[in-house]
Amino acid sequence: RTLRAGKLTERVLKLFIATGKDEVFSLIQALNIQVTVTPVLPTRALRPDLTSFMNEWRTIFSRFHLIIVKDPDLKEELKIPEGFNLDVYKKPDIDRVVGTSTSTIFSGYSCRYFGYLVSRKKYIISVDDDCYPAKDNKGILVDAVAQHITNLTTPATPFFFNTLYDPFTEGADFVRGYPFSLRSGVQCALSCGLWLNLADYDAPTQALKPEERNSRYVDAVLTVPARTLMPISGINIAFNREVIGPALLPSLRLGGEGKFRWETMEDIWSGMCVKVVCDHLGLGVKTGMPYVWRNDRGDAIASLRKEWEGVKLMEEVVPFFQSVRLSREATTTEDCVAEVANVVKEQLGTKDPMFARAAKAMLDWVKLWKSVGSSTSSPGA
Amino acid sequence: MAEPATATQAAAPVVALLKDELDIVIPTIRNLDFLEMWRPFFQPYHLIIVQDGDPSKTIKVPEGFDYELYNRNDINRILGPKASCISFKDSACRCFGYMVSKKKYIFTIDDDCFVAKDPSGKAINALEQHIKNLLSPSTPFFFNTLYDPFREGADFVRGYPFSLREGVPTAASHGLWLNIPDYDAPTQLVKPLERNTRYVDAVLTIPKGTLFPMCGMNLAFNRELIGPAMYFGLMGDGQPIGRYDDMWAGWCTKVICDHLGLGVKTGLPYIFHSKASNPFVNLRKEYKGIYWQEEIIPFFQQAVLPKDCTTVQKCYIELAKQVKEKLSKVDPYFDKLADAMVTWIEAWDELNPTGPVPNGKAA
Repeated sequence: RTLRAGKLTERVLKLFIATGKDEVFSLIQALNIQVTVTPVLPTRALRPDLTSFMNEWRTIFSRFHLIIVKDPDLKEELKIPEGFNLDVYKKPDIDRVVGTSTSTIFSGYSCRYFGYLVSRKKYIISVDDDCYPAKDNKGILVDAVAQHITNLTTPATPFFFNTLYDPFTEGADFVRGYPFSLRSGVQCALSCGLWLNLADYDAPTQALKPEERNSRYVDAVLTVPARTLMPISGINIAFNREVIGPALLPSLRLGGEGKFRWETMEDIWSGMCVKVVCDHLGLGVKTGMPYVWRNDRGDAIASLRKEWEGVKLMEEVVPFFQSVRLSREATTTEDCVAEVANVVKEQLGTKDPMFARAAKAMLDWVKLWKSVGSSTSSPGA
Repeated sequence: MAEPATATQAAAPVVALLKDELDIVIPTIRNLDFLEMWRPFFQPYHLIIVQDGDPSKTIKVPEGFDYELYNRNDINRILGPKASCISFKDSACRCFGYMVSKKKYIFTIDDDCFVAKDPSGKAINALEQHIKNLLSPSTPFFFNTLYDPFREGADFVRGYPFSLREGVPTAASHGLWLNIPDYDAPTQLVKPLERNTRYVDAVLTIPKGTLFPMCGMNLAFNRELIGPAMYFGLMGDGQPIGRYDDMWAGWCTKVICDHLGLGVKTGLPYIFHSKASNPFVNLRKEYKGIYWQEEIIPFFQQAVLPKDCTTVQKCYIELAKQVKEKLSKVDPYFDKLADAMVTWIEAWDELNPTGPVPNGKAA
């Protein structure tokens, strides 16, 4: 009953285990409850047949709880193989939780945010359904989940660049000249992975080099320095939901947004918000490993017309976010997001109604997060 | 991978890029045997050897290299009283080589650095990679998640604004080290056996506004763009500190590059660093630096250069002024250092009399 009520938290579980009673242990084993932090994988289902995707990831995913969110615009039934511990959310479920008027924000790639909203786990790992596990330079299958968890559970070092990259990884350390006071680092809130084969290029770039595939496996994780912005792709990311959950949000929707990654900018926009919020709250963002293998999909040239809009937008978006400064009073993630939304409304809303809509969507999201997403909102730092 | 490359002589004939535009500056106190291994890659280039320590000792340079050599007597003769800014009994003296060079590019390397192997076993031509880094733009204003977009097989990712894709000129290329990593003394003492065996196949631009610890073991730079900022400070004999020469140059260089809109890259190429210096000796040299860097780094992070500093020299003089104002209270050493920074610029301009050329634009 405790499990069904969703009240079995890590703390409660530890108390049960501490009793040292055999019946408790056998029950835990029978129910396959994981003591370690259990990530949730909201997988945005754009195609109905998830069989090959799930089977490819089986050895890595099967230990964890999965959240599959079906794009409300997808008409066909989902095909999901057996043997996973999962929850599937479809349009009726989304409507029930957030209301039919709000559920429109979760269409297309943005359906993943619904998964983030309803999860109650500490960590979330999110992978597009056209990605398979990659192999590293030694030919060994990359456990992307394990690497993301490692990234999130070791400190980040945003205030000074370490030339040997992640100092907390085996075989590396801080180099000469790295101030000792900065060596304990800060909490890592976001882990951005990369992609082999089909890299996350925009349509013009991929169209110009139709044969180019990313074959370079860079064996590094590094912290993105404070106040440095970057395009955060939603294809392969992980984050600490407790700390930064509200800042990953569906808000910017292109007029011609489509069903291929290079026809969207929603993740890039969301990522700029997240980085600004992390910088303000003193949280870290890492980039690099893990890699996933991204399958060929779509036609860049066909997408060129649609995505041109997104490409032009970035000329405004980047300088804007580089200039955003949050107030001292913004000490929680929700407050930070609300502040960013207001600045978007004031400074960008007048230039293009798309930004005005995005700002409103951000404020709506904060409200939604407070009512549906959280039991308590936790301060970031 | 924890071995240097052998049989580099068997390497395919190298196209020597920038043969007449680049000098290789090597500080040494012992011998230059290591050059034998680098011969296929270095022989086409002119060397500037800066001999530290006892000037009466003769340093043997392997046959077939075109070089000029300067010992302490030469430094004193050429600079006169200004020679006081050049360190003695410390590899920091290498910056004298930068000053006397007449070339556009400098590559500097330590005499215990050998040719490394990449994961496929191929010998790495570090100089060639540095040149590639210097000749392609940097991207300091927005981070590219696929690292250097100008490398073959990579590009700018989705979301990277097109207006920023031209990049800015690259002023410096900071290479890394396999085998003995560049750790400070405390870390060396705690992990005496740790070796860097991780080959990270990336070059990346260090973002604007971010400082980094610049190591002088495997470094190249565009002398015309940033040369005067590469002063390696007052170290060694008669000084309270050592092993912070390259760090100091790196912080000054990065602040000035950020101000002038120039780029700094780090990552490839790797060299094979063979010799671990004595950690106890290092500790004695560094220990003041370990305390001082806690003050120095916030100083550089907060340093603002006025808009009218449009040349490297002007930026550097302004930095020297700020060092005197703000760091003298940490230790009188910084007062001396600030004066030496000014002396360095005076000496640089004397030896390079074309006059200050506006480099880039003030940010």
